[in-house]
Amino acid sequence: MGLEQFKNRNVGTQNYKMLDLGETPTSGMDKFKQVVQRTFKVELFIGLWVTLREMINALLRGQMHTVKYPFEKLPISPRYRAIHDMLRLLESGHYRCIGCGLCEKICISNCITMNTRYDENQRKEVSEYTINFGRCIFCGYCAEVCPELAIVHGPRYETASEQRASFSLFEDMLTPIDQLNLQKEYDGFGAVTPNADDNIKQTPLAY
Amino acid sequence: MEIVTYTTVETFVNHLPEVTWVGSLIKAVLILAVISAIAGFGTFIERKVLAFMQRRLGPMHVGPYGLLQLAADGIKLFTKEDIVPQNANKLIFMIAPAITAATAFIALSAVPVFPDFTIPKFIPVLGGTFVPSIASDLNIGILFVLGMMAAGLYGPLLAGMSQANKWGIIGAARTAIQFLSYEVVTGLSILAPIMLVGSLSFVDFNNAQAGGIGSWLIWQQPVAFVLFLIAGFAETNRTPFDLLEHEAEVVSGYATEYSGMRWGMFFIGEYANMITISVIAAIVFLGGYSEGGLGWLTIILKVGFFFFLMLWVRAAWPHVRPDQLMWLCWKVLMPIAVINVVITGIVMMV
Repeated sequence: MGLEQFKNRNVGTQNYKMLDLGETPTSGMDKFKQVVQRTFKVELFIGLWVTLREMINALLRGQMHTVKYPFEKLPISPRYRAIHDMLRLLESGHYRCIGCGLCEKICISNCITMNTRYDENQRKEVSEYTINFGRCIFCGYCAEVCPELAIVHGPRYETASEQRASFSLFEDMLTPIDQLNLQKEYDGFGAVTPNADDNIKQTPLAY
Repeated sequence: MEIVTYTTVETFVNHLPEVTWVGSLIKAVLILAVISAIAGFGTFIERKVLAFMQRRLGPMHVGPYGLLQLAADGIKLFTKEDIVPQNANKLIFMIAPAITAATAFIALSAVPVFPDFTIPKFIPVLGGTFVPSIASDLNIGILFVLGMMAAGLYGPLLAGMSQANKWGIIGAARTAIQFLSYEVVTGLSILAPIMLVGSLSFVDFNNAQAGGIGSWLIWQQPVAFVLFLIAGFAETNRTPFDLLEHEAEVVSGYATEYSGMRWGMFFIGEYANMITISVIAAIVFLGGYSEGGLGWLTIILKVGFFFFLMLWVRAAWPHVRPDQLMWLCWKVLMPIAVINVVITGIVMMV
């Protein structure tokens, strides 16, 4: 379509498709016929039946739409991106983060800040890790880039808080050690796909 | 309250005890208490039924299943500030809601709401008092009730005109339109049953249909029944004809500037009118409380059905334009009503 057609503002010269609405009655007799037809069609009662049917569905067949929100919650998708969780290794209970800094690098709103150091075993240790949730746009890049599935998005979507600093420390996001058995694996971006085993191939070494 | 005398006593059952002024007073208090309670409860029922028809739950949190929502609403209405707008005509603005509420209850004084009964002897002071089915059994009962309900529309009319608000003015104009439209249909449609029964008293109507379902007037006057129902919907401002305060068009129409208890009085008047229309339809066309012994139950069921029908229709149907209402009433319903009256007359003569 050329620009010319867009610039044509003259209504009626374009190609409109008209709906078939029947003829508007002009003579008195035709108008009278239309009134009688509409009166004795049972359209009004169909409308009544629809609302009554919905009432029966809601009351007797359990099709009520209402979710009493603070008391009932709908299940959310595993791919939902809410406040981050920091996961632990199931065997040792140590946190999974290796301090590689990829999440800090990839974060497009620059909200992740981390400091690392070497501990006495010469392993990287996270000394400071915060996410500024005033800036975070919950894009999910940090979870996707994380090589250890250490930072993931959790299901906590009720994020109203008295302080901006809430949720944002490493310890707040880390799975509590006594609830390690309740820790759920993340299914969202960056997670291993359910058919990962089928996709494993030999490493193509012979280029 | 004046002492009531039966002018149609020969048609009334003769062995009934005499109606004393105490009995009439008890009945009046009974009607006032029960109907205002039901009118309040009706708002709860309406919200619940509309919610169910849209597959929602409605009020749920105040009390079990939201039953105490009524109390919460009442407290809110009673304690809200009574605002009178600056340029309003203060006197008329303040008495207009009282007109709606008062006429609604005055109309109920001539309507048989429950069957008659005698207070048992063992109750002190009042024992043995005969409480009639009607607070005052006028011989022009139907005329009086319809007239009072028509006078009730002065409430919205004066309220809309006095409040110095353009939405109120539009609401008042629509009140006038509605008033001019339905009143003719109400009168003419109910004229045919009146001709058949030969009386304007509700008690006579009730007694004329005492022969079971087969003797209900709806079988002889189906057209009049439908016409009366349509006009009744217009009379109570229910949904297909709720022009006066249709939110989507005129904010709240005549009630725009009202708040607190004055607005609540409009509301109570509207629901009392709904009950009145339901009772009239039940007594004139559906046999009233004439089933011996079970009359109190059947009248409640019939009135409940009509009340539910009003809510049901509100959930299902869109509303009409003011000009469509006038067109409907004057060009369609009134000719049908006249033809119905003429045919009824011919059948009665032949």
